[in-house]
Amino acid sequence: MLKELTAPRDVPRAVPRERFDVQEVADALPTRSQLSGLTGMAAADQDRRTFLKLASLPCISACAACCLGGLPGLALGQPAVSDDDSRFIVEAQFYEKLPFKKIRCKLCPRECVIDDRERSYCGVRENRGGTYYTLVHSRVCAAHIDPIEKKPFFHFHPGTSAFSIATAGCNVNCKMCQNWDISQSRPEQVRSTYLPPKDLANIVQKNRCPTIAYTYSEPVVFYEYMRDAADAGHALGIKSVVVSGGFIQQDPLKKLCPGVDAIKVDLKAFSEKFYKEVVHGEIKPVLDALVTMRKLGMWNEIVYLVIPTLNDTDAEFRALAQWIKANLGVDVPLHFSRFHPEYLLKNLPPTPIETLERAKAIADSEGLHYVYLGNIPGHPAENTYCPKCRHLVIGRIGFTVTETHIHKGKCEYCQQVIPGVWT
Amino acid sequence: MGQVLESSRRDFLKGYVAGAVLARSTGVLSPFFASQEKSRVVIGRDALLRGSGSGVDSDRLWKLLDKSMQSVYGTDSPLSAWKKVVRPGEVVGLKVNGLSGVGMTTSVLLVESICERLREAGIAQKDIVIWDRLNTDLESAGFRINSRPDRIRAIGNDTLGYEDELAIYGSVGSRLAKTLTQVCDAVINLPVLKDHGIAGVTIALKNMFGAIHNPNKYHINVGDPYIADVNMLPPIRQKVRLHICDATTAQYEGGPSFKPQWTWPFNGLLVSTDPVALDSVGWQILEKKRAEKGVESLQALGRAPHYIATAADPQHRLGTTEPDRIQLDL
Repeated sequence: MLKELTAPRDVPRAVPRERFDVQEVADALPTRSQLSGLTGMAAADQDRRTFLKLASLPCISACAACCLGGLPGLALGQPAVSDDDSRFIVEAQFYEKLPFKKIRCKLCPRECVIDDRERSYCGVRENRGGTYYTLVHSRVCAAHIDPIEKKPFFHFHPGTSAFSIATAGCNVNCKMCQNWDISQSRPEQVRSTYLPPKDLANIVQKNRCPTIAYTYSEPVVFYEYMRDAADAGHALGIKSVVVSGGFIQQDPLKKLCPGVDAIKVDLKAFSEKFYKEVVHGEIKPVLDALVTMRKLGMWNEIVYLVIPTLNDTDAEFRALAQWIKANLGVDVPLHFSRFHPEYLLKNLPPTPIETLERAKAIADSEGLHYVYLGNIPGHPAENTYCPKCRHLVIGRIGFTVTETHIHKGKCEYCQQVIPGVWT
Repeated sequence: MGQVLESSRRDFLKGYVAGAVLARSTGVLSPFFASQEKSRVVIGRDALLRGSGSGVDSDRLWKLLDKSMQSVYGTDSPLSAWKKVVRPGEVVGLKVNGLSGVGMTTSVLLVESICERLREAGIAQKDIVIWDRLNTDLESAGFRINSRPDRIRAIGNDTLGYEDELAIYGSVGSRLAKTLTQVCDAVINLPVLKDHGIAGVTIALKNMFGAIHNPNKYHINVGDPYIADVNMLPPIRQKVRLHICDATTAQYEGGPSFKPQWTWPFNGLLVSTDPVALDSVGWQILEKKRAEKGVESLQALGRAPHYIATAADPQHRLGTTEPDRIQLDL
C-alpha cells in the first residue's frame, strides 16, 4: 500500500515515472520521540498500534516532501497526526433525500440510491442517518509535482508544473485503470494526509507551481474539495485543471466550470458497449458534459486510450473525430494514447504504434487540427504544428518541452491563432 | 423444542422449493451436482424461541442450532456434526453480518453457541476469529473487539487490512481480507435473512462481500454476476465450509439497513453447506412474506436476485437451485 501511495499515474508504466522508494519512505518515519514532540502526546501512553497509526501519517507528508522536487525545507502544513476522521467529512452538495432515510446521489449520472450506513458506488460518499456526506474532503492520498504535459495538457501553459493531487475513489471501474490501487479503494483503505484548501494553496505557491491538477483517481468524486481548493488557489493566483472521465451530471458540472481553468476528459471509447462492459459507465453523459464544457467556454483536451481489439477500429476513430468536429470544433486537442496492460486487462498487448498512427491519420483527415500521440516518447506526433503554415510551434520529447514558437497565442511564423491557455 | 413448524412439511416443501425454480435463469443443471448427493437445507424453527418476551431464549437457540446441525450432517449428536466441519488445530473464522447494527445482525447469542460447540469439537479459543468488514460494524452488532491472540478474537478487516494483490475471477477483481487469507483455515458463514434494496436479497452468497475491499463496485446489475464471482475467488471457495443463516429475525423489505417495520420473528435458522440452495430457499421465504404483506415481488420490482442462479451455472457450480436437488429438512 505504502509504495503505491505516491505512485499515481497519468500515463502507463512504459513511460518513466518518478516513484518513491519504500525504504526511503521508511527512513522518513519520525522517531518516537520526534512524534511525541510533534503531537504533544506522551510516547509512553501510546500502544504500538496507536503509535504506528500516528507515525504513518506524517510519513506521508515526509514522502510528499521528498517527491516535490526534493525541495529543502518544504512543509506540507501540519503533519496529520490525529486519528479523527471527522475533519474529512463534509455534507455532500448534490443529493436528494428519499423516504426511510435513503438518499439519491445527484453528483454523477449513476444516481446511486443509498440506504442508511451504506456507501455510494464510488466508495467515498456515505449515507449517515439520511444525510449524505463526502468522506474525502481534504483527504489527499497522492500528491506530486508533474509536468502539465503529463496530464496531458498540451495547450495549457506548456512547460510548467502542476501540483497534482488525488483522493481515493472513482465513479467508474475501468478494467484498464492505471491507478486502481487508489481509485478502486475506499478512503480508509489508503494512507492519506489532511490537506485543507488553504494549506494546499500555500504549498503550491511555495513550490512555484502555477497550477493545481486534480487527477490520478477521479476528481468528480472529491468534487466539494476540488471546488474549495480551486477557490483557495485562485485567491493566490493559482489556476486549477481537472483530469476527469467526464462522468458527471449537468448541474454540478455547470457549477464547477466557472471555478476551474481547464478540463481534460478521458473519452474511454466511442461506443456504448465499451462503456458498459469495460468502464461500467455510460458514454452519453460524457459526451453531454463535453458539449456543456465547450458551451461554457472551458478549455478542453481529450484523451482516447487506444486498446487493442476493444476500441481500435477505423470506424470508431472516424466516428469520434466526426463527433468532435461537429460538436466541439476542430481546435480541441485530441490525444491518442498508447495502452499498456494493467489491472484487469493484463491479457492484452500494448497498442501497436501503427494503430495509433492510423488513428491520427483518420482524425487528421477528418479535419481536426491538433491530434497527438501519447506514451510514445520521441514520436513527432508529440509536437504541435501550426495548422496553417505547418511549422512546428511547440516541440516535445515525452513530457519535456524542447522549443516554443508561440507568441501571444499566435504562430510566430504566420500569426495563425493557436487556441489554448498560454498566459 | 416445542412447536417447531407452523405448516406441514409438505406445504413447506411445496412453497419454498417450488418457488426456488424461479431462481433459475439458465435452466441448466450444474454438471458438478449431477453426480452429487442432494444439497440439504435445514430450516430449523422454534415458535417459542422468544418465550414470552421479545428476546431470543439462549437455551432454545442452542437447542435449535444443535438440532439443525445434526440434521445437516445426519449425526446423532451435535458434537459429531461439528467434528465433520472442523478439525482441532484449525483456525476457524466466523463471518458474521454486522452491517445494520443491533436489530438485523448475526446475533451474539448464536455466535456464542457456535463458539462453545467449536471448543467442544477441539478448536482452541485462540483459534476462533469472529470477523466482518469493520470494527465499528462488529461493535454495533454487539461484539467486543479483541485482537489478542490468546482468546477468541473479534476483528474487522480494518484491523489486518487487505492483500496487496488482486484476486480475480470473472467480472471481479478485489483485494481479499487478510483475516480470510492469512488467519483462517476454515470459515463458517453466518449471514442474516433480509431484503436488499439493490441486490434483491442478502443471505449467504452476498455476505461474502464482507471479505473484499471494494463491495461498492459490485452492486450494479442487481449484483449479477458479481456476487457469484466473489464466491468463486479461491480463498472463499476453498475455506467456507458451512452456512448458518441467523433467521431469528428476518426482514422482507427496506434492507439492508434495519427497518423494524418490515421485520418479523421468523424464529429460525437456515443451515446448509450449499450457499446457493440456502439462498434459493431464503429468497422464497422473503418473497412469501412480501406476498403475505401485500408488497410487490422482487421480480416485479426489477431486483430479483438472479445472481443466485448464476452461482449455480456451469461456470460457477457453487451449488444448486434445482428443486429436485435440494433436500429441505424442517
